[in-house]
Amino acid sequence: MTDYDAIIVGGGHNGLICASYLAKSGRKVLVLEARDAVGGAAATETFAEGFKVSRCAQWLHQLSPAVRQDLKLADHGLVFAAENLATIALSAEGSHLRLAGDTISGADVSPEDEQAYREFRRKMRKYAGLMRKLYETRPPKLVEHDLRDKMTLAKLGLGMKLMGKDDMSDLMRLILINIFDVMNETFSSPTLKAAIALDAVQGTPMGPRSPNTVFTYLHRFFGEVLGYEGVSQVKGGMGSVGEALASAASSHGVVIRTNAPVASIDKTHDRITGVTLESGESLTAKAVISSADPKTTFKSLVGYQNMEVGLVRRIEHIRFKSGTAKVHLALKDLPTFKGLAPEDLSQRLIIAPSMEALETAYNPLKYDECSEHPVMDISIPTINDPGLATSGGHILSAIVQYAPYSPKGGWDALRSTFLDTVINEIGRYAPNIEQLVTAAELLTPADLEAQFGMTGGNWHHGELTMDQVLMTRPVTGISQYATHIEGLFLCGAGSHPGGNVMGLPGKNAADEIIRQGVLA
Amino acid sequence: MNAVSRDTMLLETPFHSRVAAMCQVNDWGNWMGYTTPNAYFDVELEYFAVRSTTGVFDLSPMNKYRIQGPDAEAYLNRLATRNVSKIGIDRVGYTVWCNDGGKVMDDGTIFRFGAADFRLCSYQRAMDWLLWCALGFDVTITDETEAVAALAVQGPTSCTCLTGIGLTDLNTLKPFGMRHYQFEGAPLMVSRTGFTGDLGYEVWVPPEKAEILWDRLFEAGKDYLIKPFGSYALDIARIETGFIQAGVDFVPAEEMVRPGRARSPFELGLEWLVDLKKPLFNGRTALLKEKREGSKFRFAMLNVEGNKPAEHSFILKGEQQIGTVTSAAWCPTAKSNIAFAQLEMPEGRVGQDYVAEIYYQRELHWTRVLAPCTVMDGPIFNPKRRRQTPAIAH
Amino acid sequence: MNHNLGETPLNQYDAIVIGAGHNGLTNAAYLAKAGLKVAILERNPYIGGATVSRELHEGWYYSNCSYVCSLLRPEIARDLELPKHGLQVVPFGGGATFMRNGDHLGNYHDHDRHYREMARHSLRDANAYDRYTADVTKQTKLIRPFLMRTPPDPTSLKLRDLTDLIDFAKAFLNMGEEGLADTIAFWTKSVGDYLNEYFETDVIKAHMAGSGIIGTALGVYSPGTAYVLLHHYMGDVDGNVGSWGFARGGMGAVADSISKAFLAYGGDIICDADVDQIIVKGNKATGVALKNGTEYKAPIVVSNLDPKRTFLDIMDAKDLPEAVVKKAQNFKIRGSSGKLNIALDGLPIFNGLDPSNPLMAGDLHFSDSLERQERAYDDWKNETWSKDPYLDMMIPSLTDPTMAPPGKHMMSVFVQYAPPKIQGREWTDEDKDGFEKTVIDQISSYSPNFRDLILHCETRTPREIEAEVGLTEGNIFQGELTFDQLLFNRPFPGYAQYRGPVTGMYMCGSGTHPGGGVMSAPGANAAREILRDLNKPNTVPGGYADD
Repeated sequence: MTDYDAIIVGGGHNGLICASYLAKSGRKVLVLEARDAVGGAAATETFAEGFKVSRCAQWLHQLSPAVRQDLKLADHGLVFAAENLATIALSAEGSHLRLAGDTISGADVSPEDEQAYREFRRKMRKYAGLMRKLYETRPPKLVEHDLRDKMTLAKLGLGMKLMGKDDMSDLMRLILINIFDVMNETFSSPTLKAAIALDAVQGTPMGPRSPNTVFTYLHRFFGEVLGYEGVSQVKGGMGSVGEALASAASSHGVVIRTNAPVASIDKTHDRITGVTLESGESLTAKAVISSADPKTTFKSLVGYQNMEVGLVRRIEHIRFKSGTAKVHLALKDLPTFKGLAPEDLSQRLIIAPSMEALETAYNPLKYDECSEHPVMDISIPTINDPGLATSGGHILSAIVQYAPYSPKGGWDALRSTFLDTVINEIGRYAPNIEQLVTAAELLTPADLEAQFGMTGGNWHHGELTMDQVLMTRPVTGISQYATHIEGLFLCGAGSHPGGNVMGLPGKNAADEIIRQGVLA
Repeated sequence: MNAVSRDTMLLETPFHSRVAAMCQVNDWGNWMGYTTPNAYFDVELEYFAVRSTTGVFDLSPMNKYRIQGPDAEAYLNRLATRNVSKIGIDRVGYTVWCNDGGKVMDDGTIFRFGAADFRLCSYQRAMDWLLWCALGFDVTITDETEAVAALAVQGPTSCTCLTGIGLTDLNTLKPFGMRHYQFEGAPLMVSRTGFTGDLGYEVWVPPEKAEILWDRLFEAGKDYLIKPFGSYALDIARIETGFIQAGVDFVPAEEMVRPGRARSPFELGLEWLVDLKKPLFNGRTALLKEKREGSKFRFAMLNVEGNKPAEHSFILKGEQQIGTVTSAAWCPTAKSNIAFAQLEMPEGRVGQDYVAEIYYQRELHWTRVLAPCTVMDGPIFNPKRRRQTPAIAH
Repeated sequence: MNHNLGETPLNQYDAIVIGAGHNGLTNAAYLAKAGLKVAILERNPYIGGATVSRELHEGWYYSNCSYVCSLLRPEIARDLELPKHGLQVVPFGGGATFMRNGDHLGNYHDHDRHYREMARHSLRDANAYDRYTADVTKQTKLIRPFLMRTPPDPTSLKLRDLTDLIDFAKAFLNMGEEGLADTIAFWTKSVGDYLNEYFETDVIKAHMAGSGIIGTALGVYSPGTAYVLLHHYMGDVDGNVGSWGFARGGMGAVADSISKAFLAYGGDIICDADVDQIIVKGNKATGVALKNGTEYKAPIVVSNLDPKRTFLDIMDAKDLPEAVVKKAQNFKIRGSSGKLNIALDGLPIFNGLDPSNPLMAGDLHFSDSLERQERAYDDWKNETWSKDPYLDMMIPSLTDPTMAPPGKHMMSVFVQYAPPKIQGREWTDEDKDGFEKTVIDQISSYSPNFRDLILHCETRTPREIEAEVGLTEGNIFQGELTFDQLLFNRPFPGYAQYRGPVTGMYMCGSGTHPGGGVMSAPGANAAREILRDLNKPNTVPGGYADD
């Protein structure tokens, strides 16, 4: 007899979702979380006294509707402070561009661009719809297809044929190229191009000119076919997602233990037996399911010495580079953005003046240097959700690119300089920002790794490049959630279909584990 | 005259001055970037020195890796297919190692100097793989190929020759044992190992003692008819005694380019080296599966009729081609014509008869021979003196 | 050399090929071999396109554009009897990257010497090299059988496409689960990331990464550049895959020999024939009109020009489907390279290396880190030439004595990166001088005597390459070699089988599969398709089996 049917390592959203589905199917499930709260990157935390913020993930725009429904997350407290926000691409001159659904307005938008934008979104929806056929199921293997894989491939093939010859051949061309060229082919407004390009490169160590950024854009756009038109803000911050998932999990009987860091995943000759906590406590289970990223799972928990070397080499070669930092500012009052209506402050504000500026911001990352003029995705969450600033004031939270994991000179020396750079950059749009800041926090990729356990600070748990997605995510041979080691499964963002608060890796993994009957 | 960058010319081994002096036929080859003799004076006579007196082979170019540290034993156990824990201190073990697919990357010998101190000798360069294998282990791996000079001293009078340079009581050393001596003020290690299948030793010294070792050995061995031998003679000896060679009898798995050309230890007749009871070693999962589902190929030692070596031959069963020869030689001591072959399963059981399709040329005339051959149950040459302890004296 | 044979009576042909580059010549040769009456129209007074040798300084012959030979398909060379027509390809050895610290990384063909040279820089990297070689060789083995084949159209339901597609898929599936994953990675990742999986040393990575960016408007960290590396590895000289050689007498010898084969089959080469337009009547190509008003008639018109020139320049938009015009507009053909051809009074000394060292006979470089190569690309993105460019430098006269007078030398310097425009405007002569100075300064910083040896220097920016050879933006491959423009996507989806959108109109340039480099495969493959449409027996040889 084992202590549990399944032990889930890591109480991030994917871990909780996987746990809930397994528990729903009648299994005895334990979730072990190293931190003092579950949710992982979906966390609301105090960064300065009286100021709570979504400290890692900032928006909700992809959480699977199936998950929300199956786990009744609304009943468990998932409430939106604001839904389907518009994106406002800021201009230093005050001529901002507004993107909401299929509509764009403001700035230098021409009727041709408006039309092209609708057409662009139509096409992207079509492609994202095709992706959905792959994203909501186990990815097929590359060569050794079983019947299930063949079905998935057949559906995909049919889906492609049904798109029509033109869209299909266009997809084949687009999928590997860069967003820079696609934007230039499609639009004339530099602001519009940059606004879309920012979405393509967010969370990646790439610039708009890097091939592969159309794919990353589609990954981001995927939320649109799940029913999210733009981003949404969760009431109480993203930590509420974690809490709702935990509540749902508990309601199905999942045992959740926080402050329970796992020291190792244990195995005998041939199979997984359980885990040992850092406290020395050992727990047994029929299966251990890791929501940690693949490198953490195999290097730190299983131990490379307990694996075969070819797999070690593949895991070591997974690229986890990130160029993304978070900045949180506690503000005395709301900042004033030139030319921006006060009611628009509550929307998603982005700083990405042009694709060239994005690319120039990206260049230093390649050499482990910081952008001189970083680009940003900004939220002022306290407008829609004043409760986050418990004693008044406001918060500005920004996803900032590009900042390297380990800059030349080291973060200790650069931290305050880069924070100043970010505040100055915001100051070009909101000149009074500097006077309003009472406290500031910079989370570098290294900080995000240390605090949220994401290798390299990469929130996708591995870059979304063509060799690290779909059939080869995280690496070939372990792309179907089961690993080489009997009883060990993966359910984190490092598995198909990848990162963002989407929940599909966790759900797909649970489906697969249930289907395999390993817990019975 | 072109200026040539000296640092990329072929290397010379620490014995080179002595080797060159004795290399009467000037037939040189390139072994791992070293200038080494294919033959010294006469391949057949060199071969017979190994079988009848003592032959000396300069094996300094052999790749030598030192593996040390608290996890050294665990490291090697994960690397190699055999159980390294069973190799005692001052003992040597032959092994192979595999990739994840259970295909052989190379074979070699593990020398155990201490609880946490080993040397791995391999035919291929292995540092890339050894370093990948080191992740997760507390070990250091040092390439000591250039730091150790080595001679193989092989043949019935080899023990006597070596005793003559001061290696006292060497005759009590068991096969696959190691012993340490002082030689000319430097450490000398001798192991009862070799690639000839005969009584024989390998002697390991610091490079600066190489020439004096050679001189003293040939002086001591003079009356026991000591002779140097080159790689051609070694090839005959190793085929006669059933030793396979990387790059000849199998393709090192990581250098394979065409799918399906690598071989598992089972397919190379090395099942006895695979300890599937061991907790984890590289290739284990794949080998368990192969064990369950069967191999695709079988290694066979063939006794071929006639005296024409079956080099590059097809092996036929009736009209059907069922395999190919990887190594072949006329074996002068066994007076047999031996071939190593890769046969498609289920062919290759001991005692099975096939036909080797041999082409050979005499005075520009090519002849095709269909030579009957039989799968043997083991190497044709396996003399008692190879194992006898104390070793025979002369 | 001028092959202007005067006008044919009535100017009526079975087929007209526009552009006497190596692919146009190859295509024409195979059509003529099948008995068609073929004319090649060439804008310049000389043939060859980018495969030319010209004496621009007395006694020195420059391979002005393309400068090395490996990709030329041996099937074609043999079939068209190019050796008989004067082509001699001589392999070269050596090569080195000179480092800022005064050292160098030499390239040796001998495996063990190469190991020792790498081990001087990193023992680990030297040991990883065998794995690298095996893995890259797997990829070249996969692609080589498809060089002499027409890519199947994956959107088509025609039997031929389906069976070809299955063939194609089979080759990939044969790689196995892990092999196919490696292939996907290889075809999509950056050359920098790819090399990082094998090597740790800057100079070793940089030396190899160069092949991933030559002629390409991408950086060593851009996804897709590992394939470009493969494109430089998939050729062979005498069956030595990945080897490179010089055409004796310069690259013009390639075009010259193919043209002789073509003439021997009875073809006409008409130089100084600047094509204005392909004449289309009723959705059928009927001939070609020159800028001087002359018209040539033929039911088959083949364009050796790049897809942009073909569809946007010498064809009328009204004759084309709108989608094709759009695809041609969106086709990626970015100028990224320049060239210096230099007559030298003697051999320069680099980093103290004796100039008679055999390493000097190979490709020489100065970029000793991926960062320097990537920063060179950043300059291109900023629309200026690289201030610290990646150079692929050769001294062919060390291998081929016909290129320069005895004791003197000819140096060919390929320069990456040079943008098609400078800050949005055309190149000026001052820009060109600045570009030349940048390159010569870089070389001089490794060679104290270099500057004094220069007798003559011909500098070519993308502007000159475009003006002279007619390659849009000066892109040497007639379109970038990224996956979105390879195989069934080259030049664009739906038109990868050499047929244009208009009946009787074909493409045969490097803008079609299998792409750029002096390979002649596009020209031959296009001829096979044309003959197929004409129900004529095929004259194009199949590819060699490549086990």
